[in-house]
Amino acid sequence: MRVLVCVKRVPATGGRILLTADGSDIDVRHLGFTVSPHEECAVEEAVRIIEAGGGASTVLTLGPAAAEEQLRDAMAIGIDQAVLLETDGRDWDPVAAASAIVESIRAHEATDGPYDLILFGNESADSGGFQVGIRVARALDRPCVTGVKSLLPGDGRFIARREAAAGGWESFELPLPAVVSVKEGINLPRYPSIPGRLRAKKKEIDRSTPAWQPGGLEKIVLRLPREELTAAEVIGRGPDAGPAVVDLLVRIGVVDG
Amino acid sequence: MSGGVLAIVSFAGAAPDRGSLEALALARRLAADSGADLEAVVVADASSGRAAAALLGSSRVATAIIVQHDRLTVDHPDGWAAAIGQVVKARTPAAVVGAGTERGNDLLARVAADLGLPMAANCVVIEPGDRYRLTRQRWAGSLLEDCWLDAPIRLMTVAPNTVAVDEAIAGATPTVEVVDVVLTERDLALHVASREAPERGKVSLADAKVVIGGGRGVGSTEGFGDLEELAGLLGGAVGGSRVVTSAGWRPHADQIGQTGLRIAPDIYIACGISGAIQHIVGCKAAKHILAINSDPEAPIMSVADYAVIGDLHAIVPAISAEIRRRAAARA
Repeated sequence: MRVLVCVKRVPATGGRILLTADGSDIDVRHLGFTVSPHEECAVEEAVRIIEAGGGASTVLTLGPAAAEEQLRDAMAIGIDQAVLLETDGRDWDPVAAASAIVESIRAHEATDGPYDLILFGNESADSGGFQVGIRVARALDRPCVTGVKSLLPGDGRFIARREAAAGGWESFELPLPAVVSVKEGINLPRYPSIPGRLRAKKKEIDRSTPAWQPGGLEKIVLRLPREELTAAEVIGRGPDAGPAVVDLLVRIGVVDG
Repeated sequence: MSGGVLAIVSFAGAAPDRGSLEALALARRLAADSGADLEAVVVADASSGRAAAALLGSSRVATAIIVQHDRLTVDHPDGWAAAIGQVVKARTPAAVVGAGTERGNDLLARVAADLGLPMAANCVVIEPGDRYRLTRQRWAGSLLEDCWLDAPIRLMTVAPNTVAVDEAIAGATPTVEVVDVVLTERDLALHVASREAPERGKVSLADAKVVIGGGRGVGSTEGFGDLEELAGLLGGAVGGSRVVTSAGWRPHADQIGQTGLRIAPDIYIACGISGAIQHIVGCKAAKHILAINSDPEAPIMSVADYAVIGDLHAIVPAISAEIRRRAAARA
């Protein structure tokens, strides 16, 4: 089994997002970098599939040279190989990103054989386009299921399970090769070990530099949403607040008076 | 005809689902702004499609399109992408607007990939022109992006809980057109093979009017007992922040936030939750937010309407006791 997992380097935002003065980007001077929780789970899932069934796993990212950090993080928990499609840091829209990823997959598959499974996170944490995985799947003519929270291997196929729109669960039978975008909750990602980190540090990274291309979506400026930032009205302190809270619940209409 | 605005509408029972109503509302405004007709394509099994289409007059739809194919059901994601792709090619609308739900984004992304068109997910404002100027959500709504969408047919989904749904108008009926589509075995290969019904009797976190959320301050799996008790008294549901699902105190399905559920209850009671933006984007659509927290400076205080300061394990049981006391006094 050969598994490819695609990730995206994003700033690790916590309390508040700050923008650069011209609004062109997030001010990352005081931020670390990570991948989205969905993608952390996709990486973990790739490692588990190879641990259980044998084979090799590869992590791929399209991003600046510094995205090497996210590739090494993935290799530290057990991914075997890494591919960096190096950009100059500009935004790539989903059409352009998918096209560069497809080109890289085709080139690697031509020399090393097909990937049985290509994993994505359900959506990127930052731009949230909800489409790169689907575009890659359609370009490669492979079936794709999104929002997957359980992936069980079978005979030449996977059973992909996700939450149904109306509640409950729905399952697809996916013949291989296939593309799956996973959601956080499919597994609980492990922490990297020290030996894992040391091994990952020494591994080669397959680098190439795809040419930037326009894709139809072009960022003008980023803005923080206008929020009604108000100080909460303190209606009580400690357990004595019980009656005040119930009065509020009655006023809102969720409890009988 | 061409140049209309085409909304993609799916149904929850007899009525369009919430995401589709939001798509219809933004599509209706776009049609008005660009002097175009509002059309809708109905995503429903052929048997229920006609009744569904007839209802769309109340959403100001001029033309409702029903897709006819004897094997196509709502369980075929690629089948619907191919069907809508054929409708779009035949009608060449100026824009297509879908729901920004998980399934809505999935469907329009498939259509976009097949037609070789860009797609903008989770839009909140659409300004027509040669290039469309959009405002869309990034970081699940913690950040907004103004952007250009440059394409012959503009594909967009509408961010959930950001657009006011139009009031239904009485008595209007749309022209209904039935369109035959041609689907290949490949289009129909991917389908839902089995379903499991939701757990019975449990109030769903997505639909609950009252949601009690727990964060790091709850302290443990057992610590959620106080929250469960209050939720039981209020007919509500219990959820949590990413901290508690990552710690295994609650199952992941209970996570409220960017990578979990977005909720819009009448009141959200946030217990021991500091308020990282990844959590706030999941609960800010609540009508009211009450924060119970020992730290009066916690970020949650700037988005909450009301606050009680102190130890949640003393306060939450006190609220439950007061509800019981009043119920007993009434009885």
